[in-house]
Amino acid sequence: MTQTTVDFPKNFKKALGDGQLRRNLRAAMDTLGLRRRTLFSDPEAFEQLRARGDAIRRRALSKLPELLEQLERKCTENGIQVHWAETPAEANQICLGIIQRHDATRIIKGKSMVSEEMHLNHFLAEHDIEALETDLGEYIIQLDHETPSHIIVPAIHKNRDQIARLFHEKIPNTPYTEVVEELNAIARKVLREKFFAGEVGVSGVNFAVAETGTLCLVENEGNGRMCTTAPPVHIAVMGLEKVVERLEDVPPLLRLLTGSATGQLITTYFNMITSPRKPGEKDGPKEVHLILLDNGRTKIWADPELRQTLKCIRCGTCLNHCPVYTRLGGHAYGYVYPGPIGSILTPQLEGLDHAGTMATASTFCGACEEVCPVKIPITDILRRLRAESYNKADSPNAVKGHGYKVNAAESLTWKGWALSNATPWVNALNAKLLGLLGPQLPKLPGPDIVKKWTQSRALPPFAAKSLHALVKEKGIADE
Amino acid sequence: MSNARANILARLRAVAPQDTVAATEPVAPETELGRADKVARLKRLMENMHAEVVVTDSQNWTTVLKDLLRQRSLNGLLCAPTTLIGTTLAESWESDLPPLVGYTEAVEQSKERLFTIDASITSTKGGLADVGALILWPNPDEPRLMSLAPALHIAVLEAAKIHGSLAEAIHREGWAQGMPTNALLISGPSKTADIELVLTFGVHGPKELIVLILND
Repeated sequence: MTQTTVDFPKNFKKALGDGQLRRNLRAAMDTLGLRRRTLFSDPEAFEQLRARGDAIRRRALSKLPELLEQLERKCTENGIQVHWAETPAEANQICLGIIQRHDATRIIKGKSMVSEEMHLNHFLAEHDIEALETDLGEYIIQLDHETPSHIIVPAIHKNRDQIARLFHEKIPNTPYTEVVEELNAIARKVLREKFFAGEVGVSGVNFAVAETGTLCLVENEGNGRMCTTAPPVHIAVMGLEKVVERLEDVPPLLRLLTGSATGQLITTYFNMITSPRKPGEKDGPKEVHLILLDNGRTKIWADPELRQTLKCIRCGTCLNHCPVYTRLGGHAYGYVYPGPIGSILTPQLEGLDHAGTMATASTFCGACEEVCPVKIPITDILRRLRAESYNKADSPNAVKGHGYKVNAAESLTWKGWALSNATPWVNALNAKLLGLLGPQLPKLPGPDIVKKWTQSRALPPFAAKSLHALVKEKGIADE
Repeated sequence: MSNARANILARLRAVAPQDTVAATEPVAPETELGRADKVARLKRLMENMHAEVVVTDSQNWTTVLKDLLRQRSLNGLLCAPTTLIGTTLAESWESDLPPLVGYTEAVEQSKERLFTIDASITSTKGGLADVGALILWPNPDEPRLMSLAPALHIAVLEAAKIHGSLAEAIHREGWAQGMPTNALLISGPSKTADIELVLTFGVHGPKELIVLILND
């Protein structure tokens, strides 16, 4: 996947200056946070539940190769066709092959972050195949040629006025209305025809159960059930880390997912798919395909610390609680996965040299870790990624694109720092020089990092005399 | 065909096991509820999610159903003609009620009808008291689209089949030994909050869900 490097400072500035976006986000994030707190109101019970979630995900990852083989075996026994893909390009080709084999041109899609990672819709469009998003939020942003700005509520950056205008302009014969129920009804009418006519349904997977070969999907709208039930062919795409060992692992993860995401005890639908249509059954797809995508996950998995990233169940609650995300929204990050989880996952998937800046979009307040339902050590991983940005050494576990920040000026500065601190007379000289020249630093020619830093911050005044000199003057023994 | 499978597994196998896995995983104790409490909790939670829940019994449920149907103007009621529900309804159906329509042909022959009929009635495999949800295991008599395509879904739930939780249902009924083609949990009518988090009902699936609890 070719990714142009994202201009974060520009994006961030733009997002911060967008008053409408910030109002839309603030209201939504506060509501989601409140709903979550209301559901998990007993801290002790929540700690116990998430300790279990953490243990289940760790156990699954500790047996990943065995569980993937078991999942494949059980699915195959059940009649589900399993495909493996190392890259998004391979996964897209597999999808295309299935779609073309059925001469299909009308694809209906349920919400799937992995398909966003694959840029599947764009790829299919290049082959004259219409892939229609059917989740209401995804439908809205697809109409506006946007990408999701949030993992759970993809159109949360838009308010009803913006959506009303969009529907009025993009859907033929649609009167302008800001009434949410009416906007809903418009989407229902358009999409019902699509569900009826869809030839292939594409969905993601929330959990895949190795023990039974069951694909679990969590949703409120019913569009996911439509996409996996009405068309004759169903293609499910999943990141290969989504496997769990046993069916009994599902209930605690389900509670953690719906509670963390939207503060719901359970969603409207929990859809468990174990096979294509059997003889005698009257509906359901006759073919079910499961595509297991790696896209760098096996590399992440190989490192015990970074592996924790793969515990994620994509609830999005770290976004809702992040002081950076709640002010920027998802688009400013420039990649599919925004917020704290995006800041640790994306640089590992895309390479630090492309997306390493994302690891700096954090205040290290730790709110994301406090709410994470599977206890991902997000701040530790952020620190690791920042350190890897300066790590030139080619160890097997080094993150893709590591060492991209290493530069001569900075190396020289630190060498000078080391020398200065190891050599008293150099240190004394430096202290004297800084006392004299410090206030002039931003104006002097030299590394513009100083200028960048002082553009939006007051320069701390340098003391005319160093502590060392003052101590000496006062006659205090400084040994 | 690429070597993706072999390459992925080889990469995973090249790494020695190294993560710490908890020896014991904490399991929260389940609270055992009596039947009356289960019925009450399920009813309250599902009503919160805008389902209409009526507690009745196996003698009176058809009367309750007919009253509910008469309050609405419906073009038909999709049902499974060969099940107990289907035969019971057929025996006492009245001409002022929406006609009973059987889901008797495969979707390829009946899709138009499935997407235009106003209502359906299905059985349920059970319920979940802790979260307020129905368990449905669609089968050849009661296929998957019955609880999805019509705008009104009516579900019949026997009170004795309400479990405390999903974990309990999976455990007691041995789900892991044989999962059906499709198993569903349903907690209310279809809903969305994708526009400004405003909760609205009836987006893609049923706009209304009526649950008849047979509490004998």
